[in-house]
Amino acid sequence: MIDVEAAFQAQRRAKRTATLTGGALLLACMLVSAWVAEAWPSSLIAGAPRVGDYLSKLIPDLRPHVLFADTKTEGSLGYWMYRIDIWLWLLFETSQIAALATLLGTLGALVLCFPAASNLAPNRAVYWAFRRFLELFRCVPDIVYALILVWTFGVGPLAGILAIALHTTGALGKLFAEAAENADMRPWEGLRAVGANWPECVRFAIVPQVLPNILSYVLLRFETNVRGATVIGFVGAGGIGQELYSVISFNYYQEIGAIIVLIVVAVSLIDLLSERLRTRAISGEQGT
Amino acid sequence: MIDLAALFGLSRRQLAARGLVGLAFIAWLVTLCIWFEITPTRLGRGIDGLFVILRMMIPPSPGAQWHDILQGLAESVAMAFFGTVVAACIAFPLGFFGSRNVIVNGLAHFSIRRVFDGFRGVDQLVWALAFVRAVGLGPLAGVMAIIAAEVFVLAKQFAEAIENADPRQPEAIVATGGTRLAVVRFGLLPQVLPVLLAQTLYAFESSTRSAAILGVVGAGGIGLQIAERIKVRYWNEVSFIILLILVTVAAIDFLSARVRRRLIGEASPR
Repeated sequence: MIDVEAAFQAQRRAKRTATLTGGALLLACMLVSAWVAEAWPSSLIAGAPRVGDYLSKLIPDLRPHVLFADTKTEGSLGYWMYRIDIWLWLLFETSQIAALATLLGTLGALVLCFPAASNLAPNRAVYWAFRRFLELFRCVPDIVYALILVWTFGVGPLAGILAIALHTTGALGKLFAEAAENADMRPWEGLRAVGANWPECVRFAIVPQVLPNILSYVLLRFETNVRGATVIGFVGAGGIGQELYSVISFNYYQEIGAIIVLIVVAVSLIDLLSERLRTRAISGEQGT
Repeated sequence: MIDLAALFGLSRRQLAARGLVGLAFIAWLVTLCIWFEITPTRLGRGIDGLFVILRMMIPPSPGAQWHDILQGLAESVAMAFFGTVVAACIAFPLGFFGSRNVIVNGLAHFSIRRVFDGFRGVDQLVWALAFVRAVGLGPLAGVMAIIAAEVFVLAKQFAEAIENADPRQPEAIVATGGTRLAVVRFGLLPQVLPVLLAQTLYAFESSTRSAAILGVVGAGGIGLQIAERIKVRYWNEVSFIILLILVTVAAIDFLSARVRRRLIGEASPR
Protein backbone atom coordinates (compact mmCIF):
# COMPACT_ATOMS: atom_id res chain seq x y z
CA MET A 1 0.00 0.00 0.00
CA ILE A 2 2.79 2.36 0.96
CA ASP A 3 4.50 1.69 -2.36
CA VAL A 4 1.42 2.60 -4.35
CA GLU A 5 1.05 5.79 -2.36
CA ALA A 6 4.73 6.68 -2.82
CA ALA A 7 4.60 5.92 -6.54
CA PHE A 8 1.47 8.07 -6.89
CA GLN A 9 3.15 10.94 -5.06
CA ALA A 10 6.30 10.61 -7.17
CA GLN A 11 4.29 10.64 -10.39
CA ARG A 12 2.33 13.61 -9.22
CA ARG A 13 5.54 15.47 -8.35
CA ALA A 14 7.01 14.66 -11.75
CA LYS A 15 3.87 15.90 -13.47
CA ARG A 16 3.85 19.06 -11.42
CA THR A 17 7.51 19.77 -12.23
CA ALA A 18 6.82 19.24 -15.94
CA THR A 19 3.84 21.60 -15.82
CA LEU A 20 5.86 24.23 -13.96
CA THR A 21 8.78 24.00 -16.39
CA GLY A 22 6.39 24.23 -19.33
CA GLY A 23 4.67 27.21 -17.76
CA ALA A 24 7.97 28.96 -17.08
CA LEU A 25 9.11 28.34 -20.66
CA LEU A 26 5.82 29.70 -22.01
CA LEU A 27 6.12 32.76 -19.80
CA ALA A 28 9.68 33.39 -20.94
CA CYS A 29 8.65 33.08 -24.59
CA MET A 30 5.71 35.43 -23.98
CA LEU A 31 8.01 38.03 -22.39
CA VAL A 32 10.52 37.84 -25.23
CA SER A 33 7.83 38.03 -27.90
CA ALA A 34 6.07 40.88 -26.12
CA TRP A 35 9.38 42.74 -26.05
CA VAL A 36 10.07 42.13 -29.75
CA ALA A 37 6.52 42.89 -30.87
CA GLU A 38 6.34 46.00 -28.67
CA ALA A 39 3.15 44.60 -27.15
CA TRP A 40 3.69 45.46 -23.50
CA PRO A 41 0.66 45.21 -21.25
CA SER A 42 0.89 48.98 -20.82
CA SER A 43 0.77 49.66 -24.57
CA LEU A 44 -1.98 47.06 -25.04
CA ILE A 45 -4.04 48.71 -22.31
CA ALA A 46 -3.30 52.16 -23.71
CA GLY A 47 -4.34 50.96 -27.17
CA ALA A 48 -7.53 49.21 -26.06
CA PRO A 49 -9.66 52.34 -25.55
CA ARG A 50 -8.52 53.72 -28.90
CA VAL A 51 -9.53 50.44 -30.57
CA GLY A 52 -12.84 50.50 -28.72
CA ASP A 53 -13.33 54.09 -29.79
CA TYR A 54 -12.54 53.20 -33.40
CA LEU A 55 -14.82 50.17 -33.46
CA SER A 56 -17.67 52.09 -31.83
CA LYS A 57 -17.47 54.68 -34.60
CA LEU A 58 -18.13 51.88 -37.12
CA ILE A 59 -21.55 51.19 -35.59
CA PRO A 60 -24.06 52.79 -37.94
CA ASP A 61 -26.09 55.75 -36.82
CA LEU A 62 -29.54 54.21 -37.29
CA ARG A 63 -32.72 55.76 -35.91
CA PRO A 64 -35.70 53.42 -35.50
CA HIS A 65 -38.40 55.87 -36.56
CA VAL A 66 -36.82 56.59 -39.94
CA LEU A 67 -35.26 53.15 -40.48
CA PHE A 68 -36.93 52.49 -43.83
CA ALA A 69 -36.94 56.06 -45.11
CA ASP A 70 -35.26 56.98 -48.38
CA THR A 71 -31.51 57.41 -48.90
CA LYS A 72 -31.68 61.15 -48.22
CA THR A 73 -32.90 60.82 -44.61
CA GLU A 74 -30.14 60.66 -42.03
CA GLY A 75 -30.41 57.59 -39.81
CA SER A 76 -32.15 55.28 -42.28
CA LEU A 77 -30.83 52.02 -43.64
CA GLY A 78 -30.79 53.52 -47.10
CA TYR A 79 -28.66 56.44 -45.94
CA TRP A 80 -26.18 54.05 -44.32
CA MET A 81 -25.95 51.82 -47.41
CA TYR A 82 -26.12 54.66 -49.91
CA ARG A 83 -23.66 53.04 -52.28
CA ILE A 84 -25.05 49.54 -51.95
CA ASP A 85 -25.43 49.06 -55.71
CA ILE A 86 -21.73 49.68 -56.27
CA TRP A 87 -20.71 47.61 -53.27
CA LEU A 88 -22.86 44.65 -54.27
CA TRP A 89 -21.41 44.77 -57.76
CA LEU A 90 -17.88 44.86 -56.31
CA LEU A 91 -18.74 41.91 -54.06
CA PHE A 92 -20.01 40.02 -57.10
CA GLU A 93 -16.74 40.86 -58.87
CA THR A 94 -14.84 39.59 -55.80
CA SER A 95 -16.72 36.30 -55.86
CA GLN A 96 -16.02 35.92 -59.57
CA ILE A 97 -12.32 36.62 -58.99
CA ALA A 98 -12.34 33.87 -56.36
CA ALA A 99 -14.23 31.47 -58.63
CA LEU A 100 -11.95 31.93 -61.63
CA ALA A 101 -8.85 31.77 -59.44
CA THR A 102 -10.09 28.56 -57.82
CA LEU A 103 -10.75 27.08 -61.26
CA LEU A 104 -7.28 27.98 -62.55
CA GLY A 105 -5.63 26.81 -59.33
CA THR A 106 -7.50 23.51 -59.49
CA LEU A 107 -6.33 22.93 -63.06
CA GLY A 108 -2.74 23.67 -62.04
CA ALA A 109 -3.02 21.41 -59.01
CA LEU A 110 -4.49 18.58 -61.11
CA VAL A 111 -1.51 18.74 -63.44
CA LEU A 112 1.07 18.85 -60.64
CA CYS A 113 -0.46 16.59 -57.97
CA PHE A 114 -0.11 13.11 -59.50
CA PRO A 115 3.68 13.17 -59.95
CA ALA A 116 3.81 14.52 -56.38
CA ALA A 117 2.07 11.45 -54.95
CA SER A 118 4.62 8.97 -53.63
CA ASN A 119 2.74 5.93 -54.93
CA LEU A 120 2.28 7.29 -58.47
CA ALA A 121 5.54 9.16 -59.13
CA PRO A 122 7.74 7.29 -61.61
CA ASN A 123 10.77 7.72 -59.34
CA ARG A 124 11.89 9.48 -56.16
CA ALA A 125 13.51 12.39 -57.99
CA VAL A 126 10.28 13.33 -59.79
CA TYR A 127 8.32 13.00 -56.53
CA TRP A 128 10.80 15.19 -54.65
CA ALA A 129 10.95 17.84 -57.37
CA PHE A 130 7.17 18.17 -57.68
CA ARG A 131 6.71 18.26 -53.91
CA ARG A 132 9.21 21.13 -53.55
CA PHE A 133 7.60 22.89 -56.50
CA LEU A 134 4.17 22.72 -54.85
CA GLU A 135 5.67 23.92 -51.57
CA LEU A 136 7.11 26.95 -53.32
CA PHE A 137 3.64 27.81 -54.65
CA ARG A 138 1.93 27.14 -51.36
CA CYS A 139 4.24 28.92 -48.93
CA VAL A 140 4.15 32.33 -50.58
CA PRO A 141 0.93 34.09 -49.51
CA ASP A 142 -1.38 35.25 -52.28
CA ILE A 143 -0.99 38.90 -51.30
CA VAL A 144 2.76 38.73 -51.98
CA TYR A 145 2.07 37.22 -55.40
CA ALA A 146 -0.44 40.02 -55.96
CA LEU A 147 2.16 42.67 -55.05
CA ILE A 148 4.51 41.24 -57.66
CA LEU A 149 1.90 40.52 -60.34
CA VAL A 150 0.42 44.01 -60.12
CA TRP A 151 3.78 45.15 -61.51
CA THR A 152 3.67 42.95 -64.57
CA PHE A 153 -0.06 42.57 -65.31
CA GLY A 154 -1.10 46.03 -64.22
CA VAL A 155 -3.59 47.11 -61.59
CA GLY A 156 -6.86 45.19 -61.79
CA PRO A 157 -8.59 41.87 -61.24
CA LEU A 158 -6.29 39.90 -63.56
CA ALA A 159 -3.32 40.22 -61.16
CA GLY A 160 -5.54 39.18 -58.26
CA ILE A 161 -6.91 36.16 -60.11
CA LEU A 162 -3.44 34.94 -61.04
CA ALA A 163 -2.09 35.60 -57.53
CA ILE A 164 -4.83 33.60 -55.83
CA ALA A 165 -4.57 30.90 -58.50
CA LEU A 166 -0.83 30.45 -57.89
CA HIS A 167 -1.30 30.04 -54.15
CA THR A 168 -4.30 27.75 -54.72
CA THR A 169 -2.25 25.53 -57.03
CA GLY A 170 0.20 24.86 -54.21
CA ALA A 171 -2.37 24.43 -51.47
CA LEU A 172 -4.67 22.15 -53.46
CA GLY A 173 -1.81 20.26 -55.12
CA LYS A 174 -0.61 19.03 -51.75
CA LEU A 175 -4.11 17.98 -50.66
CA PHE A 176 -4.79 16.24 -54.00
CA ALA A 177 -1.45 14.43 -53.82
CA GLU A 178 -2.29 13.18 -50.34
CA ALA A 179 -5.73 12.04 -51.53
CA ALA A 180 -4.07 10.15 -54.39
CA GLU A 181 -1.63 8.53 -51.97
CA ASN A 182 -4.59 7.09 -50.05
CA ALA A 183 -6.18 5.65 -53.19
CA ASP A 184 -6.55 1.91 -53.69
CA MET A 185 -3.73 0.74 -55.99
CA ARG A 186 -5.42 -2.39 -57.36
CA PRO A 187 -7.15 -0.64 -60.30
CA TRP A 188 -3.76 0.91 -61.13
CA GLU A 189 -2.09 -2.50 -61.22
CA GLY A 190 -4.91 -3.86 -63.33
CA LEU A 191 -4.51 -1.10 -65.90
CA ARG A 192 -0.73 -1.47 -65.86
CA ALA A 193 -1.20 -5.19 -66.54
CA VAL A 194 -3.30 -4.54 -69.66
CA GLY A 195 -0.67 -2.13 -70.98
CA ALA A 196 -2.03 1.33 -70.19
CA ASN A 197 0.53 4.13 -70.08
CA TRP A 198 1.01 6.52 -67.15
CA PRO A 199 -1.58 9.20 -68.06
CA GLU A 200 -4.17 6.54 -68.82
CA CYS A 201 -3.54 4.84 -65.49
CA VAL A 202 -3.96 8.14 -63.65
CA ARG A 203 -7.12 8.97 -65.57
CA PHE A 204 -8.91 5.65 -65.19
CA ALA A 205 -7.50 4.20 -61.97
CA ILE A 206 -6.92 7.16 -59.66
CA VAL A 207 -9.15 10.05 -60.78
CA PRO A 208 -12.47 8.22 -60.32
CA GLN A 209 -11.42 7.27 -56.78
CA VAL A 210 -10.29 10.70 -55.65
CA LEU A 211 -12.90 12.83 -57.44
CA PRO A 212 -15.30 13.26 -54.48
CA ASN A 213 -12.39 14.23 -52.25
CA ILE A 214 -11.07 16.66 -54.84
CA LEU A 215 -14.49 18.28 -55.25
CA SER A 216 -14.88 18.88 -51.55
CA TYR A 217 -11.35 20.28 -51.27
CA VAL A 218 -12.03 22.61 -54.21
CA LEU A 219 -15.22 23.93 -52.62
CA LEU A 220 -13.48 24.44 -49.28
CA ARG A 221 -10.70 26.27 -51.07
CA PHE A 222 -13.28 28.42 -52.86
CA GLU A 223 -14.57 29.58 -49.47
CA THR A 224 -11.03 30.47 -48.39
CA ASN A 225 -10.39 32.24 -51.68
CA VAL A 226 -13.51 34.38 -51.35
CA ARG A 227 -12.11 35.63 -48.04
CA GLY A 228 -8.71 36.17 -49.68
CA ALA A 229 -10.26 37.99 -52.62
CA THR A 230 -11.89 40.53 -50.30
CA VAL A 231 -8.45 41.83 -49.29
CA ILE A 232 -6.47 41.26 -52.48
CA GLY A 233 -7.67 44.70 -53.58
CA PHE A 234 -5.59 46.29 -50.80
CA VAL A 235 -2.60 46.09 -53.14
CA GLY A 236 -4.59 47.08 -56.22
CA ALA A 237 -5.62 43.67 -57.50
CA GLY A 238 -9.35 44.16 -57.90
CA GLY A 239 -12.54 43.42 -56.00
CA ILE A 240 -14.11 45.07 -52.97
CA GLY A 241 -10.71 45.38 -51.24
CA GLN A 242 -9.79 48.51 -53.17
CA GLU A 243 -12.95 50.27 -52.03
CA LEU A 244 -12.49 49.02 -48.46
CA TYR A 245 -8.88 50.21 -48.45
CA SER A 246 -9.83 53.71 -49.53
CA VAL A 247 -12.71 54.10 -47.05
CA ILE A 248 -10.48 52.88 -44.20
CA SER A 249 -7.69 55.23 -45.29
CA PHE A 250 -10.04 58.20 -45.40
CA ASN A 251 -11.69 57.23 -42.07
CA TYR A 252 -15.20 57.07 -43.58
CA TYR A 253 -16.42 55.16 -40.53
CA GLN A 254 -20.02 54.54 -41.61
CA GLU A 255 -18.90 53.18 -44.97
CA ILE A 256 -16.33 50.87 -43.34
CA GLY A 257 -19.07 49.40 -41.15
CA ALA A 258 -21.43 49.00 -44.09
CA ILE A 259 -18.86 47.28 -46.31
CA ILE A 260 -17.73 44.93 -43.54
CA VAL A 261 -21.33 43.95 -42.82
CA LEU A 262 -21.88 43.27 -46.53
CA ILE A 263 -18.68 41.19 -46.73
CA VAL A 264 -19.65 39.13 -43.68
CA VAL A 265 -23.13 38.47 -45.10
CA ALA A 266 -21.77 37.58 -48.54
CA VAL A 267 -19.07 35.29 -47.15
CA SER A 268 -21.59 33.50 -44.91
CA LEU A 269 -24.00 33.01 -47.83
CA ILE A 270 -21.24 31.58 -50.00
CA ASP A 271 -20.12 29.31 -47.15
CA LEU A 272 -23.67 28.00 -46.73
CA LEU A 273 -24.05 27.37 -50.45
CA SER A 274 -20.71 25.67 -50.73
CA GLU A 275 -21.41 23.52 -47.68
CA ARG A 276 -24.62 22.31 -49.34
CA LEU A 277 -22.77 21.50 -52.54
CA ARG A 278 -20.02 19.76 -50.60
CA THR A 279 -22.33 17.38 -48.77
CA ARG A 280 -24.14 16.70 -52.05
CA ALA A 281 -20.87 16.07 -53.90
CA ILE A 282 -19.70 13.59 -51.28
CA SER A 283 -22.97 11.72 -50.81
CA GLY A 284 -23.79 11.81 -54.54
CA GLU A 285 -20.49 10.26 -55.50
CA GLN A 286 -20.76 7.60 -52.85
CA GLY A 287 -24.27 6.72 -54.02
CA THR A 288 -23.19 5.75 -57.52
CA MET B 1 -22.06 9.54 -87.49
CA ILE B 2 -21.28 7.97 -84.15
CA ASP B 3 -24.11 7.82 -81.69
CA LEU B 4 -22.62 9.95 -78.92
CA ALA B 5 -25.35 9.13 -76.44
CA ALA B 6 -24.81 5.39 -76.75
CA LEU B 7 -21.06 5.90 -76.61
CA PHE B 8 -21.19 7.50 -73.16
CA GLY B 9 -23.96 5.25 -71.89
CA LEU B 10 -26.30 8.20 -71.42
CA SER B 11 -29.78 8.97 -72.55
CA ARG B 12 -30.19 11.74 -75.12
CA ARG B 13 -31.71 13.98 -72.50
CA GLN B 14 -28.71 13.56 -70.14
CA LEU B 15 -26.36 14.27 -73.01
CA ALA B 16 -28.27 17.44 -73.89
CA ALA B 17 -28.17 18.55 -70.25
CA ARG B 18 -24.42 18.02 -70.11
CA GLY B 19 -23.98 19.94 -73.34
CA LEU B 20 -25.98 22.83 -71.96
CA VAL B 21 -23.94 22.90 -68.74
CA GLY B 22 -20.77 22.91 -70.81
CA LEU B 23 -22.04 25.76 -72.97
CA ALA B 24 -23.05 27.78 -69.91
CA PHE B 25 -19.59 27.20 -68.44
CA ILE B 26 -17.89 28.45 -71.61
CA ALA B 27 -20.20 31.45 -71.75
CA TRP B 28 -19.28 32.25 -68.11
CA LEU B 29 -15.58 32.02 -68.91
CA VAL B 30 -15.87 34.26 -71.96
CA THR B 31 -17.92 36.83 -70.02
CA LEU B 32 -15.31 36.96 -67.27
CA CYS B 33 -12.49 37.29 -69.79
CA ILE B 34 -14.22 40.27 -71.41
CA TRP B 35 -15.18 41.81 -68.07
CA PHE B 36 -11.72 41.49 -66.52
CA GLU B 37 -10.00 42.40 -69.83
CA ILE B 38 -8.10 39.13 -69.97
CA THR B 39 -6.68 39.17 -73.47
CA PRO B 40 -3.90 37.02 -74.93
CA THR B 41 -1.71 40.07 -75.59
CA ARG B 42 -2.08 41.27 -72.01
CA LEU B 43 -1.36 37.80 -70.67
CA GLY B 44 1.64 37.47 -72.94
CA ARG B 45 3.08 40.82 -71.95
CA GLY B 46 2.51 40.03 -68.26
CA ILE B 47 4.20 36.66 -68.50
CA ASP B 48 7.16 38.26 -70.32
CA GLY B 49 7.45 40.77 -67.48
CA LEU B 50 7.21 37.98 -64.95
CA PHE B 51 10.13 36.17 -66.52
CA VAL B 52 12.17 39.36 -66.43
CA ILE B 53 11.42 39.65 -62.71
CA LEU B 54 12.22 35.98 -62.12
CA ARG B 55 15.56 36.43 -63.87
CA MET B 56 16.31 39.46 -61.70
CA MET B 57 15.42 37.47 -58.59
CA ILE B 58 18.34 35.13 -59.19
CA PRO B 59 20.65 35.08 -57.33
CA PRO B 60 18.86 36.06 -54.11
CA SER B 61 20.82 38.60 -52.13
CA PRO B 62 20.28 40.02 -48.64
CA GLY B 63 21.27 43.52 -49.72
CA ALA B 64 22.78 45.95 -47.27
CA GLN B 65 20.07 45.86 -44.62
CA TRP B 66 20.57 42.53 -42.90
CA HIS B 67 19.60 44.07 -39.63
CA ASP B 68 16.19 45.33 -40.82
CA ILE B 69 15.34 42.00 -42.43
CA LEU B 70 16.19 39.94 -39.36
CA GLN B 71 14.38 42.34 -37.08
CA GLY B 72 11.28 42.18 -39.27
CA LEU B 73 11.38 38.41 -39.25
CA ALA B 74 11.74 38.27 -35.46
CA GLU B 75 8.90 40.76 -35.16
CA SER B 76 6.63 38.58 -37.32
CA VAL B 77 7.31 35.45 -35.29
CA ALA B 78 6.88 37.33 -32.00
CA MET B 79 3.63 38.89 -33.18
CA ALA B 80 2.31 35.47 -34.18
CA PHE B 81 3.34 33.85 -30.89
CA PHE B 82 2.07 36.56 -28.60
CA GLY B 83 -1.14 37.02 -30.59
CA THR B 84 -1.92 33.32 -30.71
CA VAL B 85 -1.37 32.76 -26.99
CA VAL B 86 -3.56 35.72 -26.04
CA ALA B 87 -6.19 34.68 -28.60
CA ALA B 88 -6.20 31.13 -27.20
CA CYS B 89 -6.70 32.48 -23.66
CA ILE B 90 -9.70 34.53 -24.83
CA ALA B 91 -11.07 31.76 -27.03
CA PHE B 92 -10.88 29.18 -24.24
CA PRO B 93 -13.97 30.36 -22.33
CA LEU B 94 -15.70 31.36 -25.58
CA GLY B 95 -15.26 27.81 -26.86
CA PHE B 96 -17.15 26.44 -23.87
CA PHE B 97 -19.91 28.99 -24.36
CA GLY B 98 -20.19 28.01 -28.00
CA SER B 99 -20.48 24.26 -27.53
CA ARG B 100 -23.79 22.45 -27.44
CA ASN B 101 -22.97 20.26 -24.45
CA VAL B 102 -22.19 23.25 -22.20
CA ILE B 103 -24.78 25.79 -23.38
CA VAL B 104 -27.77 23.51 -23.81
CA ASN B 105 -30.20 26.20 -25.00
CA GLY B 106 -30.46 25.72 -28.78
CA LEU B 107 -31.13 29.36 -29.66
CA ALA B 108 -28.26 30.66 -27.52
CA HIS B 109 -25.89 28.08 -29.00
CA PHE B 110 -26.97 28.88 -32.54
CA SER B 111 -26.58 32.63 -32.13
CA ILE B 112 -23.20 32.40 -30.39
CA ARG B 113 -21.86 30.20 -33.18
CA ARG B 114 -23.23 32.56 -35.88
CA VAL B 115 -21.41 35.44 -34.15
CA PHE B 116 -18.15 33.46 -34.37
CA ASP B 117 -18.82 32.70 -38.04
CA GLY B 118 -19.63 36.33 -38.80
CA PHE B 119 -16.41 37.67 -37.32
CA ARG B 120 -14.46 34.90 -39.02
CA GLY B 121 -15.59 36.38 -42.33
CA VAL B 122 -13.48 39.48 -41.65
CA ASP B 123 -9.98 38.86 -42.95
CA GLN B 124 -6.94 39.45 -40.76
CA LEU B 125 -5.69 42.16 -43.12
CA VAL B 126 -8.91 44.13 -42.65
CA TRP B 127 -8.42 44.01 -38.88
CA ALA B 128 -4.79 45.02 -39.35
CA LEU B 129 -5.65 47.99 -41.53
CA ALA B 130 -8.31 49.16 -39.07
CA PHE B 131 -6.00 48.77 -36.07
CA VAL B 132 -3.24 50.67 -37.86
CA ARG B 133 -5.69 53.55 -38.13
CA ALA B 134 -6.63 53.14 -34.45
CA VAL B 135 -3.26 52.64 -32.70
CA GLY B 136 -0.76 53.73 -35.33
CA LEU B 137 1.82 51.96 -37.48
CA GLY B 138 3.85 49.18 -35.92
CA PRO B 139 3.70 45.65 -34.59
CA LEU B 140 1.13 46.46 -31.89
CA ALA B 141 -1.55 46.82 -34.57
CA GLY B 142 -0.41 43.49 -36.01
CA VAL B 143 -0.63 41.75 -32.64
CA MET B 144 -4.15 43.10 -32.17
CA ALA B 145 -5.14 41.99 -35.68
CA ILE B 146 -3.86 38.48 -35.01
CA ILE B 147 -5.73 38.35 -31.71
CA ALA B 148 -8.96 39.63 -33.29
CA ALA B 149 -8.82 37.21 -36.21
CA GLU B 150 -7.63 34.14 -34.30
CA VAL B 151 -10.03 34.42 -31.37
CA PHE B 152 -13.03 33.55 -33.51
CA VAL B 153 -11.28 30.83 -35.50
CA LEU B 154 -10.02 29.19 -32.31
CA ALA B 155 -13.34 29.65 -30.49
CA LYS B 156 -15.10 27.74 -33.25
CA GLN B 157 -12.49 24.97 -33.31
CA PHE B 158 -12.51 24.73 -29.51
CA ALA B 159 -16.31 24.55 -29.46
CA GLU B 160 -16.28 21.74 -32.01
CA ALA B 161 -13.63 19.83 -30.06
CA ILE B 162 -15.65 20.20 -26.87
CA GLU B 163 -18.79 18.99 -28.65
CA ASN B 164 -16.92 15.91 -29.84
CA ALA B 165 -15.92 14.97 -26.28
CA ASP B 166 -17.12 11.68 -24.87
CA PRO B 167 -20.40 12.43 -23.00
CA ARG B 168 -19.95 9.60 -20.48
CA GLN B 169 -17.44 11.40 -18.28
CA PRO B 170 -19.55 14.56 -17.79
CA GLU B 171 -22.53 12.28 -17.12
CA ALA B 172 -20.57 10.56 -14.37
CA ILE B 173 -19.84 13.92 -12.75
CA VAL B 174 -23.53 14.84 -12.97
CA ALA B 175 -24.45 11.47 -11.44
CA THR B 176 -22.17 12.07 -8.46
CA GLY B 177 -23.85 15.44 -7.90
CA GLY B 178 -21.27 17.76 -9.43
CA THR B 179 -22.15 21.35 -10.27
CA ARG B 180 -22.12 22.70 -13.85
CA LEU B 181 -18.64 24.09 -13.26
CA ALA B 182 -17.40 20.75 -11.89
CA VAL B 183 -18.81 19.01 -14.98
CA VAL B 184 -16.77 21.29 -17.22
CA ARG B 185 -13.65 21.12 -15.06
CA PHE B 186 -13.51 17.36 -14.36
CA GLY B 187 -15.73 15.88 -17.06
CA LEU B 188 -14.76 17.85 -20.16
CA LEU B 189 -11.49 19.68 -19.59
CA PRO B 190 -9.18 16.67 -19.12
CA GLN B 191 -10.55 15.16 -22.34
CA VAL B 192 -10.32 18.21 -24.55
CA LEU B 193 -7.21 19.97 -23.24
CA PRO B 194 -4.71 18.07 -25.45
CA VAL B 195 -6.88 18.74 -28.51
CA LEU B 196 -7.14 22.42 -27.67
CA LEU B 197 -3.37 22.66 -27.19
CA ALA B 198 -2.75 21.00 -30.53
CA GLN B 199 -5.18 23.37 -32.24
CA THR B 200 -3.46 26.33 -30.63
CA LEU B 201 -0.14 25.11 -32.01
CA TYR B 202 -1.68 24.78 -35.48
CA ALA B 203 -3.02 28.31 -35.09
CA PHE B 204 0.50 29.49 -34.21
CA GLU B 205 1.82 27.93 -37.41
CA SER B 206 -0.83 29.60 -39.55
CA SER B 207 -0.40 32.94 -37.74
CA THR B 208 3.31 32.88 -38.52
CA ARG B 209 2.42 32.69 -42.20
CA SER B 210 -0.11 35.48 -41.97
CA ALA B 211 2.06 37.65 -39.69
CA ALA B 212 4.58 37.69 -42.52
CA ILE B 213 2.20 39.75 -44.67
CA LEU B 214 0.60 42.07 -42.11
CA GLY B 215 3.43 44.54 -42.73
CA VAL B 216 2.04 45.16 -46.22
CA VAL B 217 -0.57 47.40 -44.60
CA GLY B 218 1.91 48.78 -42.05
CA ALA B 219 1.21 46.49 -39.11
CA GLY B 220 4.81 45.48 -38.42
CA GLY B 221 6.87 42.44 -39.30
CA ILE B 222 8.71 41.28 -42.38
CA GLY B 223 5.84 42.18 -44.75
CA LEU B 224 6.87 45.83 -44.64
CA GLN B 225 10.37 44.89 -45.84
CA ILE B 226 8.94 42.88 -48.75
CA ALA B 227 6.50 45.59 -49.76
CA GLU B 228 9.20 48.27 -49.65
CA ARG B 229 11.60 46.25 -51.78
CA ILE B 230 8.88 45.41 -54.31
CA LYS B 231 8.11 49.12 -54.58
CA VAL B 232 11.72 49.96 -55.45
CA ARG B 233 12.12 46.76 -57.53
CA TYR B 234 15.01 45.19 -55.62
CA TRP B 235 13.86 41.80 -56.88
CA ASN B 236 16.90 39.85 -55.69
CA GLU B 237 16.28 41.07 -52.14
CA VAL B 238 12.59 40.21 -52.47
CA SER B 239 13.43 36.64 -53.38
CA PHE B 240 15.91 36.47 -50.52
CA ILE B 241 13.28 37.55 -48.01
CA ILE B 242 10.74 35.12 -49.45
CA LEU B 243 13.24 32.28 -49.08
CA LEU B 244 14.01 33.40 -45.54
CA ILE B 245 10.30 33.32 -44.70
CA LEU B 246 9.97 29.83 -46.18
CA VAL B 247 12.85 28.59 -44.03
CA THR B 248 11.43 30.23 -40.89
CA VAL B 249 7.96 28.82 -41.48
CA ALA B 250 9.40 25.35 -42.06
CA ALA B 251 11.46 25.62 -38.87
CA ILE B 252 8.41 26.70 -36.86
CA ASP B 253 6.30 23.89 -38.32
CA PHE B 254 9.02 21.43 -37.32
CA LEU B 255 9.33 22.82 -33.79
CA SER B 256 5.59 22.97 -33.28
CA ALA B 257 5.21 19.35 -34.48
CA ARG B 258 7.85 18.32 -31.91
CA VAL B 259 6.09 20.20 -29.10
CA ARG B 260 2.73 18.77 -30.16
CA ARG B 261 4.08 15.24 -30.00
CA ARG B 262 5.57 15.89 -26.57
CA LEU B 263 2.31 17.33 -25.26
CA ILE B 264 -0.29 14.96 -26.61
CA GLY B 265 1.58 11.84 -27.70
CA GLU B 266 1.29 10.40 -31.18
CA ALA B 267 -2.46 10.84 -31.53
CA SER B 268 -3.13 13.81 -33.78
CA PRO B 269 -6.51 15.51 -33.47
CA ARG B 270 -6.84 16.32 -37.15
